[in-house]
Amino acid sequence: MSAIPATADNSLDLWLAQQTEKSLLRFLTCGSVDDGKSTLIGRLLYDSQLVLDDQLASLKKESHNRTVGDEGIDFSLLVDGLVAEREQGITIDVAYRFFSTDKRKFIVADTPGHEQYTRNMATGASNAELALVLIDARKGVLTQTRRHSFILSLIGVKHVVLVVNKIDLVDYDQETFDRIVAEYRAFAEPLGFKTLAAVPVSALRGDNILRLSENTPWYEGEALVPYLEAIDVSEDRTREKFRFPVQWVNRPNLDFRGFSGTVASGTIAVGDEVLIAASRKPAVVSRIVTMDGDLDHAVAGQAVTLVLDREVDISRGDVLSRPGETLDYSNQFQARVVWMNEEPAYPGRSYLLKIGTQTVPATITDLKFRTNVNTLEQTAATKVDLNEVATVTLNTDKPIAFDPYASNARTGGFILVDRISNATLGAGTIEFGLRRAQNLTYQSFDVNREVRAQMKGQSPRIIWFTGLSGSGKSSVANLLEKRLTAEGRHAYILDGDNVRHGLNKDLGFTEAARIENIRRVAEVARLMADAGLIVLVSFISPFEKERRLAREIAGDTDFTEVYVDTPLEVCEARDPKGLYKRARAGEIKNFTGIDSPFEPPENAELVLHGAEAGPEVLADQLHAFLKL
Amino acid sequence: MLDQNRLTHLQTLEAESIEILREVAASFERPVMMYSIGKDSSVLLHLARKAFFPSKIPFPLLHVDTTFKFREMIAFRDRTAEEYGFDLITHTNQDGVRDGINPFDHGSSRYTDIMKTAALRQALTAGRYDAAIGGARRDEEKSRAKERVFSHRNASHAWDPKNQRPELWRTFNTRLNPGESMRVFPISNWTELDVWTYIYSEQIPIVPLYFARPRPVVERSGTLIMVDDERLPLNPGETPKQEVVRFRTLGCYPLTGAIRSDAADLPSIIMEMQASRTSEREGRLIDSDSVGSMEKKKQEGYF
Ligand SMILES: Nc1nc2c(ncn2[C@@H]2O[C@H](COP(=O)(O)OP(=O)(O)OP(=O)(O)O)[C@@H](O)[C@H]2O)c(=O)[nH]1
Ligand SMILES: [Mg+2]
Repeated sequence: MSAIPATADNSLDLWLAQQTEKSLLRFLTCGSVDDGKSTLIGRLLYDSQLVLDDQLASLKKESHNRTVGDEGIDFSLLVDGLVAEREQGITIDVAYRFFSTDKRKFIVADTPGHEQYTRNMATGASNAELALVLIDARKGVLTQTRRHSFILSLIGVKHVVLVVNKIDLVDYDQETFDRIVAEYRAFAEPLGFKTLAAVPVSALRGDNILRLSENTPWYEGEALVPYLEAIDVSEDRTREKFRFPVQWVNRPNLDFRGFSGTVASGTIAVGDEVLIAASRKPAVVSRIVTMDGDLDHAVAGQAVTLVLDREVDISRGDVLSRPGETLDYSNQFQARVVWMNEEPAYPGRSYLLKIGTQTVPATITDLKFRTNVNTLEQTAATKVDLNEVATVTLNTDKPIAFDPYASNARTGGFILVDRISNATLGAGTIEFGLRRAQNLTYQSFDVNREVRAQMKGQSPRIIWFTGLSGSGKSSVANLLEKRLTAEGRHAYILDGDNVRHGLNKDLGFTEAARIENIRRVAEVARLMADAGLIVLVSFISPFEKERRLAREIAGDTDFTEVYVDTPLEVCEARDPKGLYKRARAGEIKNFTGIDSPFEPPENAELVLHGAEAGPEVLADQLHAFLKL
Repeated sequence: MLDQNRLTHLQTLEAESIEILREVAASFERPVMMYSIGKDSSVLLHLARKAFFPSKIPFPLLHVDTTFKFREMIAFRDRTAEEYGFDLITHTNQDGVRDGINPFDHGSSRYTDIMKTAALRQALTAGRYDAAIGGARRDEEKSRAKERVFSHRNASHAWDPKNQRPELWRTFNTRLNPGESMRVFPISNWTELDVWTYIYSEQIPIVPLYFARPRPVVERSGTLIMVDDERLPLNPGETPKQEVVRFRTLGCYPLTGAIRSDAADLPSIIMEMQASRTSEREGRLIDSDSVGSMEKKKQEGYF
């Protein structure tokens, strides 16, 4: 090989050491169309002397007939590199640019403001630590400003700088700036950004970019670049739990078998015990192999090859963690999804889900709600359209290992891919697993549900009663329980009122509390069924999605939804607890049937007509239907 | 690094590139790595060796030989292949050879179309490669700054810049329909300076043409062309002069401009680059044809 002429040069080594010390900040620009994002990045590149002579010359030529600053340059041309972009004067796709100052290195993603290209904005945001949200001072906060901010929060960009641009066009007016900042802060409050600063700039003229401008004496903060140089966005991924998605099985010969991958979070050392998410089998790390020699330990971000002390079945898609710090392992979870395709997402359709190194078929089983990007309100929906954000339940064909995105972005973010066209349709972040119980009972106990059920001579099941207050749910449940007991079966009633007094006494009646109420009851019902019981749940459960949640939690336990359909007038006339009267008098708020809706079940296995027969007859009907 | 548990900038870039290379090996049936013999290719090769160690690189390297590469490049290529024992495939457009296509009689753009773009398409089609790994960087050129790491190509190898797949986090969509393929750029996020400092710190061998040395050159409209062999037609009255020059980028010798420089070792190159006020692509004659020329080439299947 030709030897490298590398002379020992002290000054270079010193300079390199300085470069190495510099931290890297990855950020993006976003906001509405024409707010000046590309111009700002062009300005940053120009001001940090990164535009080289040959580029400058062609840039000046091209800037002819365009909006230019004192330098005679349309700065957006520095980043809008596609022909179509230059022709239309808009950004279509993300441009990645690199620059550095004495203090820091930067990778910036300049993203498009146009709504049609929101997916490209999400692309740019997904690897960024900080966002510059641009606003045209003349226009203020727009829908696209809000949409982008919401996507930032969804993707977990925690630091935001509100850049109020084109301040030159509003005569450097402080009031305009203050008004926009106040409006934006109010909107962004629930989005939970860790830091949110605001700066008035003119990208075209350079005000408050590198240094503070004389045109805005009223502005008390820092100029943009000094702020970006100083802000601390570091998140120490090495202190999180150890996660190692296996990417590639390294098998050069029969004597070596290693697992290549990147440490997603945490650290790992030779001698540490690891657990395989799917099989729950343990092993000990015996070597950490790299071409530069074996390591004692590896940290988040490093690409290594792990060798284990024993023969275990591991393949691509497996995730290693430490015992006691395992990932969720489930085939059902709740997630937020941003949709990126013209063809909407529908519940029931099958997609391919890729999370880390795992790829599995997945179906949206429930579309819980859509979030309005303007108001952040949650609204019911039957599909998710392009650029919309929705909260959904996803079911995968086989269990996957994951973490909630909030606790680990590397193991909680996924994409959805079309099974026919192979296009990337959407991206999502996992909120929580829906079958945690399965995760914990995964260790196979010798005594399981089948064994316990056999002992009792019955097949466990959940019978879920829904219906208005006073419809007769509890009476029917009571009669059924008596009958089952007389037959020597083991049954148990979970009643809404009773549970509210104990297990759920900390819960109120807000939307979230109601869902939690149902979730807990459904989990308890599932545990009881697992213990071998026939569980009768008597809950008003007025909302379809709550009932569906209960059914989802039940998993493979037999689940029968019984709708006790008694007209409101009848229930109100009965009013056994006097509740309707109090609700009518306004003493009870959000009372189902009065000022809160009851969604009649669409999927009930059995409908009992409470106005047409007494509870004994209904209990008989149910008993016959159940064929116990 | 390990005491602080913090990776340096170069270590981070290295790890990200390795992850991408492994993703290719794990997700595609017939990947190939483009080997252009330049510094970026040398870095890519080094990263691939690291990614799969102790296994050998699990895919072949492909060199498209236009027949006008610098002789030193070809010698370096063959030495390197022998030393590391990777599987090297070379391809030349035989139709072009038969028709005697050269940059002098046919012009640079026609020549590159046939000997480079078409040749590459031929090689990729013949090898039925579903993923081709390349050493392009986003800081090289404006349309490259726009390209994904996993860049989708339709059945005729064309890039559709207005309709790229979203690319979230490092969760790459590697799926293809029959006939389609992927271009993968593991060092997308490296800058020219990163490449040089990495070569320096990892002691990666590169073609000696990058180092300043006396070489026979002729100057044509401000560009220094090295007279690498007798095929370069000299204009009347033109005689090659020995000048101390080096190359910032390597390609076909008649189309690659040299720069006057004394930088004969890596530290000097890095220092010189820091002070430079022109971009590395300036030396590539094919890029300066027109604004958007690279984008057009990519749409036609140029890498
Ligand atoms: N007066 C003035 N004009 C500006 C300023 N910043 C940008 N502009 C002009 O606003 C127009 C749009 O600028 P761009 O940078 O292309 O906007 P963008 O936000 O990147 O647009 P998209 O990427 O298409 O969403 C151009 O004509 C700019 O010259 C500024 O600070 N002052
Ligand atoms: Mg733009």
